Amino acid sequence: MTQERRVDHEAAREAAREAARLLSFGLRPRLVPARDVDYRDLVRRYLRDSEFAALTRAVADGLGLVVLDVSERAGIVPAGAEDSAFAMRLGDYARRAGGEHRAADRLLHALAQLAVAALAYPRPADLTDASYVGRVSVHGVDAFVRETCRLLAERAAGEDLTVDPPLDAPQLEAAWRLYARRASTGTTRDARRLSGSTTGIVARAMNVLVDAGCLVLVGDDAGGTFRTTPRYQVQVRELAADAAFEELLALGVVTVTDGAGTVRVVVDEPVLLDAPAAQVPSARVAADV
Amino acid sequence: MIEPVSPVDRPPSAVGLVGDVGMVRRLKALALTGPLHDLDARKAHLDGADLTVYAMAELGLHAIDLVTVAMDFDRGADHDQVLRRLVPLAAAQAPGRPAAEHERVAAWVLHSLINVGNVNRGFDAGYGTLHADGRYERRRFDFKLLVELADPHGEIYLRATDEAVTVLVGALDTDITSAQIAAEVALDTLIRRGRLADARAAAEAARYRTVQYAEQLRRQLDATRRNVLAVDWLEAMPALVDEALAHVEQRYRYENAILTHIRRYRDSADDPDHKRQAADLVTIVGDCIRRHTQLQARLLEAGAVFRAEQDRQQFATAPSRGGLDLHAQLLVPTLTLPAGDAERPAAAFFPGAVGVRTPRTPRILDLVDLLLRPPVERDTLGAEVVEAELVDLAEPPRFDDETWSGALRLLDLDPGAPRRLSALLAEARRADERDVADLVALLALHAVSPRVAASRQAGDETLTVAVDDGTVLDDPEFGGADLLVGRARLVTVPEADEAEAEADADAGADAAAGAGAGIGADAGAGAGGDEDGAGGGSVNGSAGRRRR
Repeated sequence: MTQERRVDHEAAREAAREAARLLSFGLRPRLVPARDVDYRDLVRRYLRDSEFAALTRAVADGLGLVVLDVSERAGIVPAGAEDSAFAMRLGDYARRAGGEHRAADRLLHALAQLAVAALAYPRPADLTDASYVGRVSVHGVDAFVRETCRLLAERAAGEDLTVDPPLDAPQLEAAWRLYARRASTGTTRDARRLSGSTTGIVARAMNVLVDAGCLVLVGDDAGGTFRTTPRYQVQVRELAADAAFEELLALGVVTVTDGAGTVRVVVDEPVLLDAPAAQVPSARVAADV
Repeated sequence: MIEPVSPVDRPPSAVGLVGDVGMVRRLKALALTGPLHDLDARKAHLDGADLTVYAMAELGLHAIDLVTVAMDFDRGADHDQVLRRLVPLAAAQAPGRPAAEHERVAAWVLHSLINVGNVNRGFDAGYGTLHADGRYERRRFDFKLLVELADPHGEIYLRATDEAVTVLVGALDTDITSAQIAAEVALDTLIRRGRLADARAAAEAARYRTVQYAEQLRRQLDATRRNVLAVDWLEAMPALVDEALAHVEQRYRYENAILTHIRRYRDSADDPDHKRQAADLVTIVGDCIRRHTQLQARLLEAGAVFRAEQDRQQFATAPSRGGLDLHAQLLVPTLTLPAGDAERPAAAFFPGAVGVRTPRTPRILDLVDLLLRPPVERDTLGAEVVEAELVDLAEPPRFDDETWSGALRLLDLDPGAPRRLSALLAEARRADERDVADLVALLALHAVSPRVAASRQAGDETLTVAVDDGTVLDDPEFGGADLLVGRARLVTVPEADEAEAEADADAGADAAAGAGAGIGADAGAGAGGDEDGAGGGSVNGSAGRRRR
């Protein structure tokens, strides 16, 4: 009798260790099951054994994590619950800026993340299609947001002639103005990217995503070109998009779409178009979109 | 009946918002000159030297000028290029000063116009508007004069903004078309009166107008490339293109007329100064014409761009339903919100998208170690370059020496007794060496177009020659003609006949290869030209192994 109980205890301890191990794999964001046999076995066990899955989620819960998804492609994708030690905060990320531009910089850094995701998954269906791999570039994202800003500016100009923002009330200025006003690029003394420019901010966002196992660098074209990972898709779909949408709801801003997507996705540069047109950087946007 | 009203509760209604539009424009136009005045105001505070001798605003205008002139449809001005041209202007203002100072002044002016110190690299100015209800509201006007943009290769170039061009031309808030016509009428009159300095100014103004016009079109086409639906191609764009085309046509005729006029003036002028000015003017108007032509070419392409983009974008696969639309439902609404509110959804998006991070907590012990560790001395030269051992990358020969000697022995025929390829093959196979048979067949093919000149140079006395007499080769492995292989003696002919002899050899080769073409594939294609080509062609053509 006691012997049996001891066996039970040992089995339970073993399972707890394995569950915690699976989570620890998930906390190494750049690791994927395809590259580690132990990881793959644990993911398979999670998918097969509902008891083990429940145990893993319980361990995660205790650590202040939420298991967003588990699949053989993405592995286990944990997310930090609010106030978790594992959650990355905007404050930590955009702390470097100081002075009068601090608030603006925070917003621009946050917008850059949103823009990267929006361009990585331009159509609503791309978020739900597990096999979809997005491709984004630094210049592409910058041009994409600038174009959106330009359209918003056109819309604003149509409404009122006194379109300029009020003085001394930066909080009331529309967010797109902040982005449009910021230089897109600039020279620096040491020939590096100007960190305060919008391409600098977008590049920073993408590099953070690379470290977080969300993007993979594929080339240096257009300021750096990246592809998305399944992990990124899960994080955007299951957590980030909903969180942002809820905030918008709370602010009373609801946009109803027909689900067909508002960004036109174009396969590639047409063969017919003359060569000089392909040289124009903005023409790449369409390709990148 | 006039009602007495107190001025306190009834401000003059004429100064409502609508009436203020012109005032706002003028205030903004005034603000645009601010950065230029600022240059002169700030020069006294610069450290290092007394720079008050320089007319900074003038240099600033020149800088904007240089950038604007260098701007064309796709690109702008190089930083260094602008600086290079700005330095002599600074030097002209203070010839006694050192060259380093001129460079410093030029760089300072250019950087001030970009406003490098500001994180936005732009300027702002405040102005007020008076509402109909008497409310006075202060607003901020943001603008830039020179902007830095990156081309596809990451090179940074400068472009002057519309505002900057407007400041330069001095025609604030006017219609482009009418301003250009006015500028050119003025130009024509001035030339007729011989006032060339003024004519030059007018010509330059005309050029800036042209640049501005091109810029407008460029922006519309760019937008079209991104999204056809973003530009009104039903009415607005065709109207713009038509108008611009008509305009270009008219300008072209007009400027050509002016050009002939000034040329005549230039050639007949006696005063060397006038002559030089006229020559300058010819260059400027010539440049205007070039730009008009460029604009016209782009205008003619505009329709094609639209159609190509429509094809490309319309026939993209239709997306299916599902998921949240990140662009329409998150990005656009967030961008529309005031900055204070926009941070909430954007900040909410952030932690989810970036994912988890593992907190790093160094042990105190490690920390002490880290802090106490002496800095690593970097070797400026880096690691030693290992001398690589390079090995020739040569393919092993297809046939070994033994095979070669076997094949050559077979082909060492009596010059008087040529043999058929089939017989040679049979003999090679009798020796039970497959490779010898292969090599014999290949050598026989080469012999169809023998390298006469090469053999003669090598000093050979005889040469293997193969001729196709129409007999078909009946062989399990090879197809094509059953060549007659023989040995021909090389005879040295006098110089004059040499060419003829070679021609004969070529003709023979052609005939052989031509006959081969009927059997093999494309032997004739390579056979026409030089001997090597003919040989190679034949090999490709009829050496094809019969597939079993």
